[in-house]
Amino acid sequence: MRLLYDVVIIGGGIVGAACADECARAGLRVAIVEAKMIGGGATAAGMGHLVVMDDSDAQFALTRYSQRLWDAMRDELPREVEYDACGTIWVAADDEEMREVSRKQEFYTERGVAVEVLDARSLAEVEPNLRDGLVGGLRVPGDSVIYPPCAAQFFVDRALTRGAQLYLGQAVQEITRDGVRLRDGSTISAGVVVNAAGSWSPSLTPRVNVKKRKGHLVITDRYPRFLRHQLVELGYLKSAHSLTADSVAFNIQPRKTGQLLIGSSRQYDVDDSAIDASLLSRMVARALEYLPGLGRLSSLRAWTGFRAATPDKLPLIGPDVENERLYLATGHEGLGITTSLGTARLLVDQIVKRTSEIPVGPYLPSRMTSELVHA
Amino acid sequence: MDRSRHECDALIVGAGPAGLAAAFRAAQDGRRRVTVVDDSPDAGGQIWRGERREPRSPEARAWFQRLRSVKIELINGARVFQQVEPRKLLAETYDGGVCELVFENLVLATGARERFLPFPGWTMPNVMGAGGLQALVKGGLPVERRRIVIAGSGPLLLAVAGYLRDHGADVLCVAEQASQGKVMRFGLGLINNAGKLSQAYSFLKGFKYLTDCWVTEAQGDESLKSVLLRRGGKRWSVSCDYLACGFHLVPNLELAELLGCDVAGGVVRVDEFQQTSVPQVYSAGESTGIGGLELSLVEGEIAGLAIAGRHDEARRLFPARAKQRRFADLLNRTFALRDELKTLAEAQTIVCRCEDITFDRLRGHDSWRAAKLQTRCGMGPCQGRICGSAVEFLFDWKTESVRPPILPVRVQSLATKRHKNHEE
Amino acid sequence: MPETVRLSVNGETVTMPAGSTVAAAILKTGESAFRVSVSGEARGPLCGMGICFECRVTIDGEPHCRSCQTICRNGMDVRTDG
Repeated sequence: MRLLYDVVIIGGGIVGAACADECARAGLRVAIVEAKMIGGGATAAGMGHLVVMDDSDAQFALTRYSQRLWDAMRDELPREVEYDACGTIWVAADDEEMREVSRKQEFYTERGVAVEVLDARSLAEVEPNLRDGLVGGLRVPGDSVIYPPCAAQFFVDRALTRGAQLYLGQAVQEITRDGVRLRDGSTISAGVVVNAAGSWSPSLTPRVNVKKRKGHLVITDRYPRFLRHQLVELGYLKSAHSLTADSVAFNIQPRKTGQLLIGSSRQYDVDDSAIDASLLSRMVARALEYLPGLGRLSSLRAWTGFRAATPDKLPLIGPDVENERLYLATGHEGLGITTSLGTARLLVDQIVKRTSEIPVGPYLPSRMTSELVHA
Repeated sequence: MDRSRHECDALIVGAGPAGLAAAFRAAQDGRRRVTVVDDSPDAGGQIWRGERREPRSPEARAWFQRLRSVKIELINGARVFQQVEPRKLLAETYDGGVCELVFENLVLATGARERFLPFPGWTMPNVMGAGGLQALVKGGLPVERRRIVIAGSGPLLLAVAGYLRDHGADVLCVAEQASQGKVMRFGLGLINNAGKLSQAYSFLKGFKYLTDCWVTEAQGDESLKSVLLRRGGKRWSVSCDYLACGFHLVPNLELAELLGCDVAGGVVRVDEFQQTSVPQVYSAGESTGIGGLELSLVEGEIAGLAIAGRHDEARRLFPARAKQRRFADLLNRTFALRDELKTLAEAQTIVCRCEDITFDRLRGHDSWRAAKLQTRCGMGPCQGRICGSAVEFLFDWKTESVRPPILPVRVQSLATKRHKNHEE
Repeated sequence: MPETVRLSVNGETVTMPAGSTVAAAILKTGESAFRVSVSGEARGPLCGMGICFECRVTIDGEPHCRSCQTICRNGMDVRTDG
C-alpha cells in the first residue's frame, strides 16, 4: 500500500503533534503515525510548565520564542487544555541561591523578560505555605501551565482539519529511504520523515544521541488556595546538570483544578517504569522541606515518565546527518511542552527552506559529533 | 509523623470473614505471630460490619468467639498503600501515622466492592449502593419509616432488604435486573444448599421482588424524591426517600496487582492451597471470585492452614470449597448483567463522579487509558474504582495496572525516609 | 465506655450511639449533601465502605476526610461543603 505525503511524522506526543499542526498550516501533506495514543508518552507524564529557561543562550532563545507562540494562541486553546498564567517563582534557600536570583534577574531583564525579585518577606506574602527561613526568590509572571495531553490532541485535531492523516495504533518498524514501514508490513511514502518519537527515537534511528531520563511525579487532591505559582528550587539546575547520579529537586505546580503536582526526579539508565519507592520518598521529603504543610494533604496518584535527554541539554531539530530525508524533532528532556511550538516552527522552516526567527544552529543534529558521548 | 513497625509471620490484609478465618487458622497453634490489618474502623469486613461488638448472625458470633481464643494483632483503620520491599508493606492510619508491616507470609483477603452503573440521576444525594445504605445504617443512620427502593442485582439486594426492614424501613420493592427464569433456576439450585434456601425463603417473604426490573432514572431536585422503574413494557414511578442500588460485586484486586500476583478473568488466580503466583502470598475470599460467606470462610481457613503447614487438614476442606465454588458459579451466572443496562446512561449522565466526566465524553475513545488521558476520568480519589468497574461493563475496556499509593494517603506518608541532602 | 457521643455537624449538636460513623451523624441531621462535585452538583455517600470518596467532609479543620470510615468522637467538629 503506497500513499504519498510531503511529511510523515513519527510520534503523536506534543512535539510530533505541534509539528503536524505546523506542517499542515504550511500547506504540506502530513501523516502522523502514533503507536499508542496521542500525548501518551512523556507528554502525559510531565508537568506542562511553559517556562523560560536561562541555562544557555540557546535554551533561552528556544524557550522564549516558544513561550511567545503559546501566549499568542492562548485564546484558541480549548478549555480542557487548562491554560493558566500562574507564573513561576525560583526559590532561594540561601545567599548563594539568592545571588543566582540576581544573576537571573539581570539575564532576563536584559532580554526583555519581566521578572521580579522577592525578598524573604514578599516571598512569604505571595506564598504563605513556604517554610520560614527562605531568603527570597525570582518571580516570573509570564510563565504558565497547561494540561499537555489535551494540547497534543488539539494540535492533532487542527492538523486533521487541514487534511492531515492520522495512523493511530500503528507502530513504525523502520524508517526507509522513501518513508516508513509499519509493523503490519504496509508502507507510508513521504518526501520527508520526522522522527519525533521522544525517548523511543533511538530505536528507529540508532545514531540519535538521546537517552531516557526517568522522572517521578505525585498529584494531590484539590486544595485551591494552597499555592499560587509554580515553585522551583534553585538547586534544580544543579541536579539537572548531573549526567550520572540519581537526583531529586523541589518543583511543584498548582493546577487549575486546585490539585498540586509534585516533582521532580531524574534517573539515568533505568528502563523500568515502576515507582522507585526510595527515590519517590526522597523527592517528597525534599518538597516537604520547602512546604511543610504539604505533608498533610491527600495524595491521589504517583507515576513515572521518561524524558528524552541529549548530552548538551538542547533538543535535536533539523536534518539527520546521514539520511537527508530524515529530520529529527526529539531530545527535549524536561522542556518538551514549552519548546514544542518553537520546535515545530524551526522544523518546518528547515523543511520548506524559509528563514527562522531564531538561529537554528544550536539545535541541529549535525552539532553532535562522534566524540560527544554521554558520560 | 508516627511510625510503627509490626513484624509477623503471617500478615492478613482484610478483616472480613476470609481474613479472619485465615488469621484464626494461622494463629491457632500459637506458633506464629499473626497480624490482621484493615481499613475499616472495626473487624468484620462488609458482611459482618459491626458484628464484632454486636453479633447478629450465628456464624459471626461463632467466629468472633473463636478469634478471641487465639492471639492475633488486629490493626484497624489502616490502609495498605505501598510495597517498599519484597516483604514489607506500608499502611497509613486514620491519624496519618504509617505502619511498617513486615511479614513472612501474606494473605490478601481484600474482599469486594459493589459495582455501580450510571443512569440519569444516580449521582443525586440519597442514591446509594445497596451495601452502601446498609453500611450507613450499621454506622448509625436511622431509617425507621423511610421509604426505600432497592435495585440492581444480586443476593445482596435481598440481604439488604431484610436488614433494612428489621430496622424499621418501609422497603417498597426490590428490583432485580436478572430474568425471572434465571432467578428461578438459582432458587432451584439452592435446594442443594439447604441453609441458603431457608435464608432465601425468609428474605423473600413479604417483599415485592421484581425480576427483569431496573431503575431507569432517579428523580428529585436537591435530593431524591422518586425513581422510575422499568419492567418489560411497563414503566412507573415510585416515590421514595432512598434508592439503594448496586449491581452485584467486583473483587478488590489492587493490592494483588501491586504485588504482581497473576490476575485473570477479573480474579486473583490461586492454587489449591490458595497461594497466588507470588510465593508465600495467598488470597482468599471474594478477591479470588465472588462467592459469598461460606466460600470466603473455607478459603480463608485453607490459606491459614497452609501457612501453618497443616496441609492435610487443609485438604479435608477441599470438598466443602468445591461445593461452595459450584454455588458461586451459579450465583455469578444468575446475576450476570444484561445488555440493556449498557444503555441506561444518557449523553449527559456522569460516569466518573470524581471528575464529573459524562458518558458522551467517554464514548468516543478506544481504551480506558486514552479516555483517562483526555478527560481525566479515573484520575480522582477513587482511583477508578467506581467508574472503572462501570466502563469495563459499558465499553469492555480493561482498566490498567496499578501504582502506589493504591489508596490516597497523605503526601508525607510517601516520604518514608528522612533525607538531609538532595545530592545524596 | 460511654453509650453516646456528642459532636457538632455544621454547628448543630448531634448525639449518636458510640461507634457510629460521622456519615450517619450527618445524615441524621437531615443533611444529604456532603460535598459539591467539580461541576457543582450536590453529592452524598454512595458506597458506604470508603472507596467512592463522595462522603468527604471537613473534620476538625481537616478537609477530604471520608466520613463513612470515621467514627464519631466527642467534640468533633464536622462541616459539609455546601
